[in-house]
Amino acid sequence: MAGRLGPLLAVAALAAVPPLLPKYVLEVLISVLFFGYLGACWNILGGYGGQFSFGHAAFFGIGAYTSTLLFLHLGVTPWLGMVAGGILAAAFGLFAGYLSFRYGLRGPYFSLVTLAFAEMLRVIAVNWKAVGSSLGLVVPNRGSAPVLFLFADKLPYYYVILVMALGALAITRMIERSRMGYALAAIRENEDAAEAAGVDALSTKLAAMALSSFLTALGGTFYAQYFAYIDPSLTFGPAISIGGLLPAIVGGAGTVAGPLLGSFVLTPISELTRAVLRGRAGADIMLYGLILILVISFLPNGLVGWFRSRRPAAGRAA
Amino acid sequence: MTWLFLQAVVSGLLLGGVYGLVASGLSLIFGVLRIINFAHGAVMMLGMYASYWLFVLVGLDPYLSILVTGPLFFVLGMLIQRIVIEPNRAAAEHNQLLLTLGVALFFENLALVLWQGDFRTVRVWYSGASFLVADVLVEVPRLIAAGGAVLIALALWGFLRTTDAGKAIRALSEEPEGARLVGIDVARIRGVAFGIGSACVAVAGALVTPFFYVAPDVGESFNIMAFVVVVLGGMGNFLGALVGGFIVGLAESLGAAFLPGSLKQLVVFGLFVIVLLLRPEGLFGARRGR
Amino acid sequence: MSAGHGLEISALTKRFGGLVAVSGFDLTVAPGEIVGLIGPNGAGKTTVFHLVAGFHLPSEGSIRFEGTSLVGLKPHAICRLGLARTFQLVQPFAGLTTLENVMVGAFNRSREVAEARRRAAEIVDFVGLGPRRDVPARHLTLPDRKRLEVARGLATEPRLLLLDEVMSGLNPTEIEAIIGLIRRIHARGVSLLIIEHVMRAILALSHRLVVMHHGEKIADGAPAVVARDPRVVEAYLGETTEAAPR
Repeated sequence: MAGRLGPLLAVAALAAVPPLLPKYVLEVLISVLFFGYLGACWNILGGYGGQFSFGHAAFFGIGAYTSTLLFLHLGVTPWLGMVAGGILAAAFGLFAGYLSFRYGLRGPYFSLVTLAFAEMLRVIAVNWKAVGSSLGLVVPNRGSAPVLFLFADKLPYYYVILVMALGALAITRMIERSRMGYALAAIRENEDAAEAAGVDALSTKLAAMALSSFLTALGGTFYAQYFAYIDPSLTFGPAISIGGLLPAIVGGAGTVAGPLLGSFVLTPISELTRAVLRGRAGADIMLYGLILILVISFLPNGLVGWFRSRRPAAGRAA
Repeated sequence: MTWLFLQAVVSGLLLGGVYGLVASGLSLIFGVLRIINFAHGAVMMLGMYASYWLFVLVGLDPYLSILVTGPLFFVLGMLIQRIVIEPNRAAAEHNQLLLTLGVALFFENLALVLWQGDFRTVRVWYSGASFLVADVLVEVPRLIAAGGAVLIALALWGFLRTTDAGKAIRALSEEPEGARLVGIDVARIRGVAFGIGSACVAVAGALVTPFFYVAPDVGESFNIMAFVVVVLGGMGNFLGALVGGFIVGLAESLGAAFLPGSLKQLVVFGLFVIVLLLRPEGLFGARRGR
Repeated sequence: MSAGHGLEISALTKRFGGLVAVSGFDLTVAPGEIVGLIGPNGAGKTTVFHLVAGFHLPSEGSIRFEGTSLVGLKPHAICRLGLARTFQLVQPFAGLTTLENVMVGAFNRSREVAEARRRAAEIVDFVGLGPRRDVPARHLTLPDRKRLEVARGLATEPRLLLLDEVMSGLNPTEIEAIIGLIRRIHARGVSLLIIEHVMRAILALSHRLVVMHHGEKIADGAPAVVARDPRVVEAYLGETTEAAPR
C-alpha cells in the first residue's frame, strides 16, 4: 500500500496548507503538534522503554525556565537557551533516573517517584523569588525578532513546532530500528530476561531518559516563546505530564506515529469542547478522562495498535 | 521556639489522623487490587462536596452526613471497580494505573463543570471553636476530625480482623493464590475492598469540611499526601498507613512552622522520594508490591 | 589463575535472612564439558544459577569464569563475558517476534542491526524455530518457548550455557528433540551446565553429575557412579515427587 507515500503526503500537506488556514484553525494545529511533540518525547522512555513517567513536566519546566531566565537576565537568545535548557533537563533526568533505577524502582513506583520530582521542582519554583515565584515570568517585547525566537504572527511558530514534531518522530524511528530500540523493547517486556540476554538495562534506560528529557525541555522553551508567559503550575504542574502521556497512550505507546496521531484525535476534541461549552471550564479534561478509560478498556494498544490488528500483515517490517 | 514547635506538633498530629484514614483506604485498595489508585483524592473531593451540599441544602451536620456519604461512596467505589477496573484485570500494570488516572480526571473536572472552581466552605457553629492547653491552641473541629478518623480506621481494622468479609479481604491481600483456592469470590471481594476504601476517604472528606475549603482540585494534595503515607507505612499495610499518616502530618506541620512559604511540601516530597528509594517496602517492612 | 579454566565455583554460600539456600558449594565446569546439576526440589540448584549469572550476590565464596571473578558483576556484564543462562520459567519478550527476541541476544556480539538479524536468523533456524520466525513470542507453544529461551541465550555466543529445566513440561518426543539440540549446541564448542529433573535425559547428556541436597554438594562424579551413590539415593527417597531417579 502507500507505505512510504502516505507519510510523505501528510508531511507535504502539513507544510503547504497552513498559510491558507484561518487563524483559529492554525492555533488548533499548533496545539496538535505541540502535544504530539510532547507525546513523542514521552514515548521514547515510556512507550519504548516501558518506564511510565508521570513527571515529565519537570523537564518541560526546566526548559521553559532556563531559556526564559537566560533571555531576561543575560539577553541570551532562546534558540541557544533552548539547548542549555535541554542539557540541564537531561542532567536532571540522569540524576532522577539514576536514583530511581539504581534503587530498582519499577512500574508504578517509578511513576510515583517521577511525579514527586516534578512536584518538588514546582514547589521550589513557587517559592523562589529570583525565578518569579508563583507570579511567573513574562517574555517581553512582542514583535518580530526571529533571532530571539519571537514572531509577530502564528505562522512561524507553526513551522517551528512542525519541524520539532517531525524531528522527534524521525529520532523515534531511528531509535526503533537501532540496537537501542531492541534493548528498550526487551527491557519493557521483561527486564530480568533482558539483562540475562546481555542488555545493560541501567545504561539503556538512562540513555532513553536523557534523550526524552532533553527533547521535552525544548518543548518548554517553545511554550514560553509562543505563549510569552510561564508560571510554576503551568510548566511544572501535572497537566503537562499528562499532556505528553495521553496522546502517546491514545495513539499507541511504543509506535513512531502514535503520539502525533493521538494528538490529532485528542487536541481538536478538547478545543472543540472548550469552544462549544464556553464558560464550562473542565469539560474538555473531563472528556480526556473518559477517553483515557475507553482507550485502555477497548484499544489497549492505542489507535496504531488497533490499525495493525486489523491489518495483521503490516506488522513490524523485517 | 518551643511554643512554635509544640504548636506545630499538635497541628501535625491532628492533620495526621485525617491523612491516616485517607491513606488506610488507599492502602486497603492497593493490598487487594495491587493498584495505586490515582482516583482516591478525587473520591475524597466528591465526598467533601456531598457533605457540603447535604449541609447547604438539607442542613445536615457534616459529621452526621457520614451516615449518608459512607454507604453512598461504598456503592460508588464498588461501581468504579466493577465498571472500570474489573474488566481490565488482565491489562498491563501501568494501564491500570492510567485507568484510575482517567477516573480522577473525569471526576475532578465533572466537579469543575458542575460547581466551578470557587472555594466553598461549610460554616457550622463550632467551626471556630478552640481551646488552649498550656498555650497551645487546639481547634475543636480538627480534634474531632483526627479523633474520628483514627476511631474509624481502628474500627475498620477490627472489621478486617474479625468478620468473614474482613478475613476474605486480608486473605486476598496476603495470599492471592491461596484465597482463590479456598473458594473466595475474588471479584466480589475486590469490589468490596474498593468500596470500603472509597467510603473511608469520603468519610475523611466529610470530617474535614468544617475547617477545610471544598474545591474540585482539593483532593489532589490529599491524594499525593496519601501516596507518601502509604509508601511510608508500607503498601497494603493498614496500621502502617495510620502511623505513616501521623509522620507525614508532623513533617508537613513542622515544615510549615520552620520553612518559608509553601516549602513545607518539599519536606513531604523529600521524605517520599527517600522512602521510595531506600525502603519501597515501607518503614514497617510490609510486603513489597512487586 | 590462567584463562581457559571454564567455571570455577568454590565455597559458595547464600543466605536469605536466616535461611541458608546454598552452603559451601564447590563446582567446576571445564571447557567442553557437559555437567548435570541435580537434586531434590528446593536443594538450591536454581539459586546457584542466580548467583553465577549475577542475579543474586553471594554471601560468601568465589565464582570465576575463565579466571575472571563474577562476584558483584551485573547479569549483562556476565553475559558479555561469554556465560549465558535460561530461565526455569520461560521469560520471552512476549510482544516481540521470535526473531526479534533472539536479536536482543545477538546484539551482544554485533552492534549492526543487519548483522544481528543475520546471526539471529541463523540461530532461529538452528534451534528449529525457522517456521515460527516472525510470530510474536506470546503466540508460541511451551516447547517452542523453551527453544526460544535457548536460542536467545545461544545468540549471545556463550562459551558456557546454563540451562535451567528446559525439558520440564515437555512430552517424551519433545524431550528427545531437545536432547538432540543440546548435543548440537555442545558440538558448536559450548560447555553446558544443566539443571534437569528428567533423569533419563541428564544421564544421557552429562559427562559428569553433581548432586545438591539442602544447599550442599553430596556427590560429584561419573553419572553411572553417582546415580548409585547411597547418599544420593537416600536424598531422593526422602522425596516422593517426580524428582526420583527413573
